[in-house]
Amino acid sequence: MNTCTERLKNGIITENPTFVMMLGMCPTLAVTSSAMNGLGMGLTTTAVLVLSNAFISLLRKVIPDKVRIPAFIVVVASFVTIIQLLLQAFLQELNSALGVYIPLIVVNCIILGRAEAYASKNPVLPSIFDGLGMGLGFTVGLTLIGICREVLGSGAIFGVQFIPSDFHITFFVLAPGAFLVLACLTALQNKLKLPSATNVPGGDSGMACGGNCAQCTGASCVANKGIIEAERAAQKAAQAQKAKEAAAKAKAAKEAAAKQAKKEE
Amino acid sequence: MGNLLNISSSPHVRDKSSTQSIMWCVILCLLPAAVFGIYNFGIKAIILIIACMATCILTEFIWQKSMKLPVTVTDGSAALTGLLLALNLSSTFPVWMAVVGSVFAIIVVKQLFGGLGQNFMNPALGARCFLMVSFAGKMTSFTYDSVTGPTPLAIIKNGDKAMSVADILAAGDGKTQAPTSVINMFLGNIGGTIGETSALAILIGGIVLIALKIISWKIPVCYLATFAVFALIFGGRGFDITYLAAELCGGGIMLGAFFMATDYVTSPITPRGQIVFGVLLGVLTGIFRIFGASAEGVSYAIIICNLLVPLIEKVTIPVPFGKEGIKDGK
Repeated sequence: MNTCTERLKNGIITENPTFVMMLGMCPTLAVTSSAMNGLGMGLTTTAVLVLSNAFISLLRKVIPDKVRIPAFIVVVASFVTIIQLLLQAFLQELNSALGVYIPLIVVNCIILGRAEAYASKNPVLPSIFDGLGMGLGFTVGLTLIGICREVLGSGAIFGVQFIPSDFHITFFVLAPGAFLVLACLTALQNKLKLPSATNVPGGDSGMACGGNCAQCTGASCVANKGIIEAERAAQKAAQAQKAKEAAAKAKAAKEAAAKQAKKEE
Repeated sequence: MGNLLNISSSPHVRDKSSTQSIMWCVILCLLPAAVFGIYNFGIKAIILIIACMATCILTEFIWQKSMKLPVTVTDGSAALTGLLLALNLSSTFPVWMAVVGSVFAIIVVKQLFGGLGQNFMNPALGARCFLMVSFAGKMTSFTYDSVTGPTPLAIIKNGDKAMSVADILAAGDGKTQAPTSVINMFLGNIGGTIGETSALAILIGGIVLIALKIISWKIPVCYLATFAVFALIFGGRGFDITYLAAELCGGGIMLGAFFMATDYVTSPITPRGQIVFGVLLGVLTGIFRIFGASAEGVSYAIIICNLLVPLIEKVTIPVPFGKEGIKDGK
């Protein structure tokens, strides 16, 4: 698969930041009281993520390793400020709905995580698509949670009300509802066995990450990769050995049967 | 051969009681309160109680069937949860909301955490708080004798601090606030949730439970005593016995102290822990009732203390017999 489309799929499904990686929980729980807020927060984060990934990837050979985190934060903070000013100018309503969570995008761990794990080690184009995929994955997650909470809590989708107010369960608009909906959707994701990083076939190596190293870029996982590959090789060898033994046994049995037949003749 | 020694691990003496017998016994002890609630609020109370119990049992059955777990609905814990939840609702509460609350109690509070014995919070109270934040208006609208008005507890809370409590209760305004008295609050001739109004009916059930040694006296007594002391000190009414009696008889404190704080799963098993638990409950209820915005605070106090139970048990583990005790100062 092409690197760029692979990055998109990785962000939206395989390593979905909300349901698989459990990153950026603060905005996930706080602003998803309606589908519109979730969508707005997701798209805002996507914009910051794409731009910061692109710039950090461009600057990856300039930034000294020792001060990379402050440098990343400066880049991210600049873009967040730009986006915030744009929102204040053109999308006043969304800006007031999201409130303090717009400036808090600076410390969203998805953004710093992607900068650290991907953009600082890879060329510009894949980094942009990595940011886009992760951002869209975050948007999908937030919008889904927002839709569930809005339907149950205020009987509406994207502000279009279709359930009379007597049947609204306010619980879901409040904070505990966010936890409950997030947990249920994550459980659903696990149950349906969507192909994610924690849900790969044969991902039973006991590693927290599920051991899907083909798509992993985290530096800390390099050691794990060796362990898992050794384990897989051992498994394969054991299987081959077993197959061999079985074949040998079958052969022996056949020969014995043939001998028996001969004797009887 | 007669002098062979039998060696086995403890327990060596087993009681005949089982989860089932205890749960049904608690349900029987709740009957006075439930029957009084039905006498007080009529057919609506019966419908709510039946709806809650049936939903709880059915939900547990369906969940355990579909999750391929052993079906344990006959142990009565789901029925008890349903009954307790119904007794915690206003008689005018819509039935479908009660059904939603029952499903929440069984699935979210109980089964998702592993079923009976694993739930960290009393399922009926968890559901009550869920309904409280979801449908605050319906939960706090109480009708008594076809008049909708505030509970005596709310009247006292909002009443003039200079007037005595007996006068405040006896005043009434002819419309929403009927004249009442502490005797009425004790007997239960007041507005409130189905099961909480009659302190007398709850006391009968509670004392039977203590006499049968199903619950220990420690939690309810420490709870009520601490709350009484707290109310005397911080209530702002000095040493007014009427006020104290009204606070103890009004609201859910009696039902909470005898039937919900003593839930086996969500209360400490260590004797010292039960005392700590009761004292904490009393202090929290006092804070919520006296300094909080609402006149009622028992359910929140109990579920907060439910969360603290593992910590309480950790620091109050008794020293086993024969083990050297902790020496003074060392």
